[in-house]
Amino acid sequence: MSEHHLDAKRMLCPMPVIKTQNKINELVAGDILHVTCTDPGALSDIPAWARINGHLIVSHQENDDEIIITVQVGK
Amino acid sequence: MAKKHKAVALISGGLDSLLAVRVLQEQGIEVEGINFYTGFCVEGHTHAIRNHDKDKQKRNNALWSAEQLGIKLHIVDVIQDYKEVLLNPKHGYGANMNPCLDCKIFMVNKAVEWVKENHESGFDFIITGEVIGQRPMSQRKETMPIVARESGADDILLRPLCAKNLPATKPELEGWVDREKLYGFSGRNRKPQMALAKQFGFTDYASPAGGCCFLTDKNYSDKLVDLWKGRGSREYEMDDIMLLKVGRHVRPKPEFKLIIARDAGESKFLEGYRKQFITMQVTSHNGPLALIDGDISAEDFDLAAGVVARYGQGRDAEQVDVEVSIPNEDKQLRQIKPLSTTDVLEEWHV
Ligand code: SF4
Repeated sequence: MSEHHLDAKRMLCPMPVIKTQNKINELVAGDILHVTCTDPGALSDIPAWARINGHLIVSHQENDDEIIITVQVGK
Repeated sequence: MAKKHKAVALISGGLDSLLAVRVLQEQGIEVEGINFYTGFCVEGHTHAIRNHDKDKQKRNNALWSAEQLGIKLHIVDVIQDYKEVLLNPKHGYGANMNPCLDCKIFMVNKAVEWVKENHESGFDFIITGEVIGQRPMSQRKETMPIVARESGADDILLRPLCAKNLPATKPELEGWVDREKLYGFSGRNRKPQMALAKQFGFTDYASPAGGCCFLTDKNYSDKLVDLWKGRGSREYEMDDIMLLKVGRHVRPKPEFKLIIARDAGESKFLEGYRKQFITMQVTSHNGPLALIDGDISAEDFDLAAGVVARYGQGRDAEQVDVEVSIPNEDKQLRQIKPLSTTDVLEEWHV
């Protein structure tokens, strides 16, 4: 299992989702990806994308204007 | 046991693609969705920008559709490749800058390529939610074979909602799907789709008024054409596409325009562009942030500042302070009299 970071700041949805998807395609089941974004739309879109594609949202944090969403890659 | 056949569906987020997938799922076909992001899609973007949209549910309808259907969704960034479609559409534009027929061909072709790239997943055919006569330009009886042929999909392109009005495709001829259980919808009447949605238990689905993208919008198209005219070239980048959705666009001179925030949400969004653009903001009163796009000469700074001041709370003051920031230079403060409503000419508004 390895841990990765993705910077999707200033991107507007669905770009953070697309970047997350493309990054996850390179990872293996169990890996952790922390996505940092600024578009609040990502708070609903990334979890929706993760749910339908079988990945797990481990946590999401909002501080100031930044949102960090942590995804665990599914099988 | 017979092989389970697999289809990839173009998912726009609208009702038709939602229904097309469900119709095939009813026949035991395994479906995954694909959604192409051209940069102009109605999904996403602006809800993140403007204040008054904050309370609206920020949902992406393509993702929502996939979740309702219980299918995977692959979102593909086609921003670069789409430029050729928008700039040189073989079949021309619709009522505005929407190259719908070329766009459909492009997307189905991208789906064909995607199926090839993902051949290990074993997709047998492609489906869309197209309905004959639904859209005046791209969804007509004559355009259906054009899309199939020019996209390279040919007989593996199935339109479950209007298949009965079209020649049988490979999935039907091979018996992978039962043609009898497909539909023969045609025309602009949405009642049959709404009835089918009810039958399947879909409520709360999206029904965008125009099309699936901003190019069908007259205001947006006007701004795009103005941008190209102002620059003397039809190039565009992602930032341009996004900035056309934000603010009030005012062009007092052919060489430059102002993008003036209409609320705090837009001002905040435009803040992110301070390093790329000259910006102006009234500092003596409350007022919006404005970006200057194009080549402004030093003698036009007062004119631009006067326009910006017109949209702030100091619009009736004798004089206001306007801060001008040029990337990598010190900020300047200018004292100017705001232009009056009549000074900001009607034809300046893009
Ligand atoms: S409305 Fe936009 S996205 Fe939809 S077919 Fe037309 S050009 Fe393509």
